[in-house]
Amino acid sequence: MYPVVQVQGLVNRFGTQLVHDGLDMEVHADEVFGIVGGSGTGKSVLLRTILGLQRPVAGTVRINGSDITSLSEAQLRSVKSRYGVSFQAGALYSGLTVRENVQLPMLEYLSLNPRALDDLALLKIRLVGLPAEAAGKYPAQLSGGMIKRAALARALALDPKLLFLDEPTSGLDPVSAAAFDDLVLYLQKELQLTIVMITHDLDSIFRTCNRVGVIVDRRMITDTLEGIVNNPNPWIQEYFHGERARARLGAAHGT
Amino acid sequence: MAVEVRRDGEGLELELTGEWSCREFGGLETELAAVDLQAARRVSIDAGALTKLDLTGAWALHQFVARARAAGAAVSFKGSAPDQLRLLDDTLREAEKGVEEGPAAPAPRARHRAFMQLLVDLGRHTAAFSRNVIEGLAFLGRTSVTFISSVPRPKHLRVTSIVRHVYETGITALPIVALIAFLISVIIAYMSARQLSGLGADVYVADLVTIGVLRELGVLLTSIIVAGRSGSAFAAELGSMKLNQEVDALIATGVDPFEVLVVPRVLGLTIALPLLTVVADLVGLSGGAVLCHYLLDMPFNQYFARVNEAIAGTTFWVGIIKAPVFALLIATAGCYRGLQVRSSARELGRLVTVAVVQAIFFVILADALFAVLFMEMDV
Repeated sequence: MYPVVQVQGLVNRFGTQLVHDGLDMEVHADEVFGIVGGSGTGKSVLLRTILGLQRPVAGTVRINGSDITSLSEAQLRSVKSRYGVSFQAGALYSGLTVRENVQLPMLEYLSLNPRALDDLALLKIRLVGLPAEAAGKYPAQLSGGMIKRAALARALALDPKLLFLDEPTSGLDPVSAAAFDDLVLYLQKELQLTIVMITHDLDSIFRTCNRVGVIVDRRMITDTLEGIVNNPNPWIQEYFHGERARARLGAAHGT
Repeated sequence: MAVEVRRDGEGLELELTGEWSCREFGGLETELAAVDLQAARRVSIDAGALTKLDLTGAWALHQFVARARAAGAAVSFKGSAPDQLRLLDDTLREAEKGVEEGPAAPAPRARHRAFMQLLVDLGRHTAAFSRNVIEGLAFLGRTSVTFISSVPRPKHLRVTSIVRHVYETGITALPIVALIAFLISVIIAYMSARQLSGLGADVYVADLVTIGVLRELGVLLTSIIVAGRSGSAFAAELGSMKLNQEVDALIATGVDPFEVLVVPRVLGLTIALPLLTVVADLVGLSGGAVLCHYLLDMPFNQYFARVNEAIAGTTFWVGIIKAPVFALLIATAGCYRGLQVRSSARELGRLVTVAVVQAIFFVILADALFAVLFMEMDV
């Protein structure tokens, strides 16, 4: 059984600026994997590389065992149809309603009759906790939290087993963020998803992640939540034990 | 086969096999629809042999179960029902709690409806049209006020920005404007040469080219090209800034978007378009010269002597004076429509189109008014 996502020896460079230098990452089935790192450490570049939006200078990216840098166009399409992505700002198509946004991948990849298309889109919209009325709305009419949920519904359109979430709780108030985390956990459990999540939100990390990968010095340090908290690296110490983090850690460990 | 059906008197036994995923949905639906539920009292479903069941597959099963229950059969699962089906039931049940049916609106009487609808549409369009006119005038007014108030305070007259727009709308448009002016004058010269040579009046080709290009075609064609190039660029640029909340950011910083975005564009184009027109005029006259030389064997000095004679004191100015007015119309239409963009990429496309169409329309309308004006003035 190979890892769901496997990145080996990744090197990314913009001009003279080296972003990743020999970065390794492995995500196993049925886990929630958090990618953490300071601003500018290349979290988004890593995600873009995994999604094939950016070609790495060196290294391989394997999704379900197939190296995406060496696949043909058709094979890549099939790989892409088997994961869902929710972008940071939602990236909903602004000219389409929520329902049409969810239906777009279905229309692209599946052969469904119009009624099934409507019903299934509505099912996905309800699954992420949006009211049925939201289906007919345009992205500009939605609140920030609803946009995140709609983006998640679109990511789930093809019933993927693998989900990439880019800062799913950024820009949400703590209550909505917690609700969103619960939703992610619920869906992970019910649909047996593997989730790769970029996040800054400590609450989110402690509530949802099984393992965490921290990008430090252009490489990734991966460990379980317990392990990473006790890692001696100064940045990790500052991140998990700084002023902000202490209270939350206490709460998470019941001390 | 994803479904195996065994019939046993009034009982129906279904064994589900293989992958029930969204990619197989079409086949699943057909197979499930083919299951004959007539005379079935009990339906027993065995999902144990499924290799994969995703939500879409579960939904197909859910629909089938609902159909079986509606047909009066008792549905049971061998072992336990699949988890996905339970998740589906939970989701649908929760959603149904929230849905409340509003009272249906009373249907208006059909006979009056079509006529009323016509009146309503007419009213709505009239209102929208007049609102558009008023808002357009308000936009023009606000641009003028911003401009006038920034004249005594040169810092507010964004010179760098103006220069950039002169460059982008003027200098970079030179090749295409020159090419089109050349071709148009060649066309006029050629057409008129065919007609006039029958009368032995070839020499007047030069007059026609001169007056045609200087008075009308030079400025008009340049304006239309610029409307297509720069009118659309203004609308698209401001529109995407609007979508990106950049305009909001400017306002929140206390910077007037009219001052930094609209006025520099309007001024830049107002400077660039007359200059482009001069170039178009020159190239147009040269185009006529080349054609006369090769087609009519008219020496260059004879051509330019004719041109000199044909030009009245006003000919050049009648054309060039229109350029700043056209520039104002094009830039205003572009900026106005660009700043109207709200909320979606589709809106952006629509308004860029509107900007270009209106810019060209207003340019031609203004040109017609100028023609009447100059006729009355006898120039």
